[in-house]
Amino acid sequence: MLEVVKNIPIDYYVYLSSLLFCIGVFGVLIRRNAIVVLMCVELMLNAVNLLLAAFSTYLSDAQGQILVFFIMVVAAAEAAVGLGILVMIFRNTKTTDIYSLDNLKF
Amino acid sequence: MKALIPLIPFLPLLGFVLNGLFGRRMSKAAVAAIGCGALLGSLLLSAACFNQVAATGPMHTVAYNFLTVDSLRIDFSFLVDQLSVWMMLIVTGVGFLIHVYSIGYMHGDEGFWKFFAYLNLFIFSMLLLVMGDNLVMLFFGWEGVGLCSYLLIGFWYANKDFSKAARKAFIMNRIGDLGLLLGIFLVFKTFGSLTYSEIFARIDSVQPAPEILTAICLLLFVGAIGKSAQIPLYTWLPDAMAGPTPVSALIHAATMVTAGIYLVARCHPLYSLSPDALQIVAFTGLATSIFAVLIGLRQNDIKKVLAYSTVSQLGLMFVALGMGAYATAMFHVTTHAFFKALLFLGAGSVIHALGGEQDIRQMGGLRKALPVTFWVFLIGAFAISGFPLMAGFFSKDEIFANTYAAGGRWWWGLAGLGGLLTAIYMCRLLFVTFFGTFRGTEEQKHHLHESPAVMTLPLIVLAVLSALGGFLNTPHFLHLGTPQWMAHFLEPVLRNTNLRHGGAPHHLAESTEWTLMAFTTSLALLVIAAAYWVYAVRRSVPLADAAQVRLTRLLANKFYVDELYDLLFVKPLEKLSQILFYFADTWAIDGLVNGVGRGVEAVGARFRKLQNGNIEYYLLAMVAGAVLLFLTLHL
Repeated sequence: MLEVVKNIPIDYYVYLSSLLFCIGVFGVLIRRNAIVVLMCVELMLNAVNLLLAAFSTYLSDAQGQILVFFIMVVAAAEAAVGLGILVMIFRNTKTTDIYSLDNLKF
Repeated sequence: MKALIPLIPFLPLLGFVLNGLFGRRMSKAAVAAIGCGALLGSLLLSAACFNQVAATGPMHTVAYNFLTVDSLRIDFSFLVDQLSVWMMLIVTGVGFLIHVYSIGYMHGDEGFWKFFAYLNLFIFSMLLLVMGDNLVMLFFGWEGVGLCSYLLIGFWYANKDFSKAARKAFIMNRIGDLGLLLGIFLVFKTFGSLTYSEIFARIDSVQPAPEILTAICLLLFVGAIGKSAQIPLYTWLPDAMAGPTPVSALIHAATMVTAGIYLVARCHPLYSLSPDALQIVAFTGLATSIFAVLIGLRQNDIKKVLAYSTVSQLGLMFVALGMGAYATAMFHVTTHAFFKALLFLGAGSVIHALGGEQDIRQMGGLRKALPVTFWVFLIGAFAISGFPLMAGFFSKDEIFANTYAAGGRWWWGLAGLGGLLTAIYMCRLLFVTFFGTFRGTEEQKHHLHESPAVMTLPLIVLAVLSALGGFLNTPHFLHLGTPQWMAHFLEPVLRNTNLRHGGAPHHLAESTEWTLMAFTTSLALLVIAAAYWVYAVRRSVPLADAAQVRLTRLLANKFYVDELYDLLFVKPLEKLSQILFYFADTWAIDGLVNGVGRGVEAVGARFRKLQNGNIEYYLLAMVAGAVLLFLTLHL
């Protein structure tokens, strides 16, 4: 298993995770649906996770993988809180369109 | 005894605090008990101090160290020597009688508690002034009485004129205070100390230049001019009549105006070294005395007449000081405190009976309706006029004798003229008010009543003091009682000196003294008789305002001094402040402040477009920033 991973050059992992991260960023920036935005945030986090796991394997250092678990925990908590907020927003505004959330505008 | 000395000023302060904080909720009886009780305590303690000082000499006690800066050490300490204990007795004694009188006079006023609180504060300040052993404590008291006079003159502040009079008194005093303050600075610079005993002890070792000494004396005298209402700062005192009558009595008799005399008497070792300063003191006093007397001749407000007589009597005291007759000046302070308090309180009794009427042309014939007031007022007026064997007879005669000894004929003649004119208008006041027929309204006539006992008793006590007060210090040649008793008591602190004769005490031949006394006394009696003829027998009534012409109009309008000051100082100041208001305030300061505000608003109007409330926009900015950061760090 370890060998299989190491057979693929490290560059590929970097490209893939960069691609995932960029998709996440653009998703957050351009999508209006709050649920999709949340999913895109997850995508960014997981892109980072992938990169951490890959480097950890290549450097034979477990620290990176430990960090991945931390990020997963935080991401789970973030998703729970984010979805909770989202439910409340939907109940109050009957929409998940984040463009409508501009009440703080001067 | 020593430990109790700080209690003397502290008791009135306590009275002030109690009445000031809780007086509103207390009954009038409780307020009066606190106010008068505090004064009675001080009076008894002062009397005990007097005994102690007479037996064993001066006492000195330090309450606490007020401040120490380098070589300057100022203690909150009390010096009770012959001079200050004498003043303490006058302040607390006459003050106590005025307090008691106020219970009756102010009984219907809703500010009863406030009035007593202020009175107590007034006495506290005055006691601080006379009891302090250094110039800083004197200055505390000095400012304290200034403040209290402001509060009390403007006691009925709802009346615009009254509060203006209060402000006038305060501002006039401030001008004098500046001189006093500069004098104190110069004393410190010259002698390196502010404690009386140290200053006077260092005169020999420091050997200050005569010009410096004269400057110190004159600056201190400027303070005295303001507080004791001399030319040119006297105009506040007649206006101070706006306050309730007991306040006038307090200001004119026991406190406030005597502070200037006390200051000069206290600093007499300095003045004795500066003949020039003494000459100016005497001249100012003489000018004030005659000027005020002339104005007093044509005043028709019962309190104004008394006010101008105070100004002129204070002038006489300064003449005495200027002649080096310090003890004589203190003697006149004492007798003046008695008969002036009596006259003011008597006038208050008249005003009380007439329901606020102060114009003597509306009075007349009051002697039957107000018998007690009439008799005490008669005693007061005769005492101030110099009727034989009454208080003013002895003290004024001593001033004239000293003036003759030190200043010569001219000084004596002019000072005597002031005294003589005083007799004229005091008798005019007496006879116009109490003789003849009643000229007020029917309603007032119906309402006429003698004042209650709480007001007449202090009057009677003061009348006794005014009648007999002169025997405190009888001249040698009359061989009455203990001659010069008061002068002997004060001798360790101050005594009459004659600079013309190398600082020796004044001395005149007995025959000269007899002649002088006979001359002034017969003139005074003649004046009293003449006034009786004109105002009581022929029943002349002073002219109405409109009927006055030329000189009398000039006098009735007080030589237009107020108008002159208005033109010279008040109006230009008003103009200047209007100019400053327009250019400095409206244009420069307001412009600056508003400009800053407008600038911030304009910048904000641009920047607030960033805050459009669009989350994507914020995120985009964040990402762009992160990318930019990444690029700059790695490329």
